[in-house]
Amino acid sequence: MHDAAPPDSPLRRFGSWTLIAAAVVVAAGAFGYVGGWLAPQRLTPDKLVDQFQHNAGTFAGYRRNHAKGVCVAGYFDSNGQAQAYSMAQVFAVGRTPVVGRFALPGSNPYAPDGSVPIRSMALRFTQPNGQQWRTGMNSMPVFPVATPQAFFAQLQAQQPDPATGKPDPAKVAAFFAAHPETAAFRAWAKTAKPSASFATESYSSLNAFVFVDAQGKRQPVRWRMVAEATDASVGAGMAGDANYLAADLTERLARGPLRWHLLVTLANPGDPTDDATKTWPDDRRTIDAGTLVIDAATPQQSGECRDINYDPLVLPEGIAASDDPLLPARSAAYADSYLRRTSEEAHLPGGAAPRPEKQP
Amino acid sequence: MTSARDTFTLPARVLHWLMAILIVAMLFIGVGMVASVSARHEWLLAIHKPLGIAILILAIVRLAVRLRHPPPPLPADLPPSQKLAALASHWLLYFLMLAMPLIGWAMLSAGGYPVMLGDSLRLPPIFPASAVAFAVLRHLHTWFAMLLFLTFLAHMAAALYHGLIRRDGVLSSMLRGRRKAASALIGSTVSPGPADPEDLDDLDEEERVD
Repeated sequence: MHDAAPPDSPLRRFGSWTLIAAAVVVAAGAFGYVGGWLAPQRLTPDKLVDQFQHNAGTFAGYRRNHAKGVCVAGYFDSNGQAQAYSMAQVFAVGRTPVVGRFALPGSNPYAPDGSVPIRSMALRFTQPNGQQWRTGMNSMPVFPVATPQAFFAQLQAQQPDPATGKPDPAKVAAFFAAHPETAAFRAWAKTAKPSASFATESYSSLNAFVFVDAQGKRQPVRWRMVAEATDASVGAGMAGDANYLAADLTERLARGPLRWHLLVTLANPGDPTDDATKTWPDDRRTIDAGTLVIDAATPQQSGECRDINYDPLVLPEGIAASDDPLLPARSAAYADSYLRRTSEEAHLPGGAAPRPEKQP
Repeated sequence: MTSARDTFTLPARVLHWLMAILIVAMLFIGVGMVASVSARHEWLLAIHKPLGIAILILAIVRLAVRLRHPPPPLPADLPPSQKLAALASHWLLYFLMLAMPLIGWAMLSAGGYPVMLGDSLRLPPIFPASAVAFAVLRHLHTWFAMLLFLTFLAHMAAALYHGLIRRDGVLSSMLRGRRKAASALIGSTVSPGPADPEDLDDLDEEERVD
């Protein structure tokens, strides 16, 4: 039963120490690889959010994207129409409180409202059972790219050249040439004009989701919030005012609440659910699930939306993620952005230094 | 009959090895999910939360088992510095396996997130919503995870040191139960030490099992 080598032989002792060291090195190495420290090629949430900061600068305390915005509040009146497809409480007939946020895409919280043609609407529905539905929607029909890797490449291509302070047109052109899936978005962007109001825009989920009914049946969907208001003349009230959207919102709310209809489009079998660059055909069945009523606005520095991460994968029972690869990337990157800005709010070491508040 | 003072009780050993697997898996899941933008991020996160609560419950049970059944004493000839390191690292492990799930739960509460353990099971918040508290707790969750991983590495290396270098029965006290009556009788008459032939036999069997 005893080994040939005596237990205290130098050889056996050396072998034992080697085994111990190897166990530690293998465990630490595996940990380092899984954690990304030893896998520098992997796209991580950290790299995505860093790239936003490279492109537009770091604005302490603000979201790393959709930095400029305004908090709103109101409620959703469900008419029960979506109940047949989703068991989420929010779709039962009745009222669900909502805390939302209108914003502009981009990392600069001081960007002029007319600088981009896109507006966004983020909503948090809080159900009676405590579950939440969070969604971030944009006023465009499709997303430029289909994958997080392509999105990262797009951000890299758009990084300003230190010499000119502007993106290198050759790099941007090369990106679009290499990514033909951006064609639908570029066609839309060519004619898109910055709207004069958040209230007249319609906002699309872009990504597909899955409704799940009480029997567990799954129905792929997309949704959009379609505005009731249509009275904004594009281009009005823009001259000389970089912040006309917030002013317009306040003025409209003083006159009364604003309304949107939640339209849910049901995919047919075979419609792509993993590609936000493609719309579904127009003949797909669409349900009007109810009315979103917004009746209050607050500046984002003091509003309730400030500390909400509008992670599109915070979903109630009855709504699930699709196989769209952008969804987990959004969720992961939003979490990283949320930690950065809350750390700055907490003045923890290692965060970006707060800039003096500019009030343009 | 002598009592099995040279080994951990069966519940202690089952809890130790079950939790060893769960906690090491949890550490890898945690660092893996925050370093990923792929679908892995979502399904790892979906495992992370219920697994964390499972570890919290097991840690409470284990603490109760430990307080009821004190572990076998460390070898008498172990240097005091190593005894202190063993004692301190064990209590650090207990502290972290209880603290990590609680910090994770409190951090999600502070961030205003619904604490969902699955599609429908939601835990109540255990901390008021506060962005500042969220940031502090979220960083604490990472720092303690790193500390837990380092403590695990030290614990594993020390266990192997006891089993391979010192051969003092410390490793086998967690690997196997009370010896059969005959060997227990022999074991009780032989003083423990590096040259204990009983431990050599243990080791050979362990190596074969591994």
